[in-house]
Amino acid sequence: MIRIANGQGFWGDWLEAPVRLLEDGPVDYLVLDYLAEITMSILQKQKMANRQHGYAHDFPPLVQRIAPALCGRNVKVIANAGGVNPSACAREVKRLAPELKVAVVLGDDVFDRIDDFLERGYDLANLDSGLPLAEIRGGILSANAYIGAFPLAGALATGADVVIAGRCTDTALVLAPMIHAFGWREDDWDKLAAGTIAGHIIECGAQVTGGNCQVDWQTIPDIENIGYPIVEAHPEGVFAVTKHPASGGRVSLHTVKEQLLYELGDPERYVTPDCVADFTSIQLAPDGPGRVCVSGIRGRPRPPRLKLSISYSWGWKATGTLVYTWPQALEKARAADAIVRRRLKDLNLDLAEVHTEFLGVNACHGHLAPPPAEPAEVQLRVGVRGHDRRAVDRFTRELAPLILSGPPGATGFGDGRPPVREVVAYWPALIPREEIATAVEVIE
Amino acid sequence: MKIPLGRIAHARSGDKGDTANIGVIALDPRHYPILVREVTAERVKRRFGPLCLGKVERFELPNLGALNFLLHESLGGGGTVSLRLDAQGKSFGAAILSMEIEVDERELAPQP
Repeated sequence: MIRIANGQGFWGDWLEAPVRLLEDGPVDYLVLDYLAEITMSILQKQKMANRQHGYAHDFPPLVQRIAPALCGRNVKVIANAGGVNPSACAREVKRLAPELKVAVVLGDDVFDRIDDFLERGYDLANLDSGLPLAEIRGGILSANAYIGAFPLAGALATGADVVIAGRCTDTALVLAPMIHAFGWREDDWDKLAAGTIAGHIIECGAQVTGGNCQVDWQTIPDIENIGYPIVEAHPEGVFAVTKHPASGGRVSLHTVKEQLLYELGDPERYVTPDCVADFTSIQLAPDGPGRVCVSGIRGRPRPPRLKLSISYSWGWKATGTLVYTWPQALEKARAADAIVRRRLKDLNLDLAEVHTEFLGVNACHGHLAPPPAEPAEVQLRVGVRGHDRRAVDRFTRELAPLILSGPPGATGFGDGRPPVREVVAYWPALIPREEIATAVEVIE
Repeated sequence: MKIPLGRIAHARSGDKGDTANIGVIALDPRHYPILVREVTAERVKRRFGPLCLGKVERFELPNLGALNFLLHESLGGGGTVSLRLDAQGKSFGAAILSMEIEVDERELAPQP
């Protein structure tokens, strides 16, 4: 049996979580998931400004902090902290923690190969819209193939203490140590599916140990010390989901089911580079307090093509807010919105969308929200987006004047004009897996 | 009698591009058949109305006592493009639980 813990559900998650996982009990592999779609494009921009950047810069100092525990107890770390510059990330880890053996997985970054792909007849059509990539070729900021668990398992086989990848799937981080420790083959579809589903269950960190849990949320024990999840995996493809007993939070059928359903598509076809996992085969059983056993999982052969994650510059957006107080808070906010919209129209700005929400009334649930009685205050939130940066910038100057010239009682403008932000959009596409060759490099 | 869905189910929602997913899970697995009967794709589509511009798909997970809904074109373009506060549909799970469903009182009673 091996214990695999996830100490980071996204870049920005609780910094203490991985440290606590090592302090509070036994762990064999510590995985850290840093990458979301948007993250890759941010990192690509950082790399363009400085060739030494482009990775999750929180990661090397974390490794330095936990290095004594890793060495002392032979815990291996697997992270996709490499972003678009895994080699630079690995060198920085080695600089800060020279006693550790560091391996890096390369080959996911295809930013420099896009023209080659297009010339050779791959249209890299958008999986959602069907449009060919040529539509946005000039705006591409990053392009990475989702790689699976086997290259990461290969990196573990070098004896590395720290394995750094770029754009691998989140689930691969958890499946890789099982492949490495149990010797699973590339056609062990049921076992690979089990490891993939284990990865899905813990990839969002504490969202399976009582965080964001609807059931009895008021009674989640000691939630300020919430324990991050641990999978106890067995060679035959069954596993338990748990957390360190001394930590806070809760692991139950309810918390595991909620996470299983999170960001799920067709449950019979959960497609990864390693296999196609069938969520309708999962059998859950409680196994004492704070532990759920998972078994019965079936998988099918991996797909012939890998998914590409391409990000491109779409245009610009800005969102500003004003707060109106009672009486008639909502009426005042609506009147202010009407003024802003009229002025934007009179300016004849080239905007693709103007979107208004009334926080405290209906921002999240629209017509499904309960009818407001007399809200004490309402936040007007107006956002615009467009391809013309000047038009978006002009909008950001239209809210503040209403404090003196619009409906009475406006407040909450302390942060000044809202910033204009670049909209980086995401373009999913497919490429034959033979086009993606991965390699492992050990940093000495 | 009519009850809110949230009396017998819990939910979690998330995003895939401009599509929101909502998992609806029976608090007691014995109530799963009620979910299958009452929470149809058509009713979810009608309930979300202007919040969901595309189609609604439903998938069944009897092993988990759960249904998974995909609400297409529901997040204002999705991800970074969206201007919505809840661009990732995180709050949709709470929204579906206020839906009224029709149940027979005997269906809710504890089984012998």
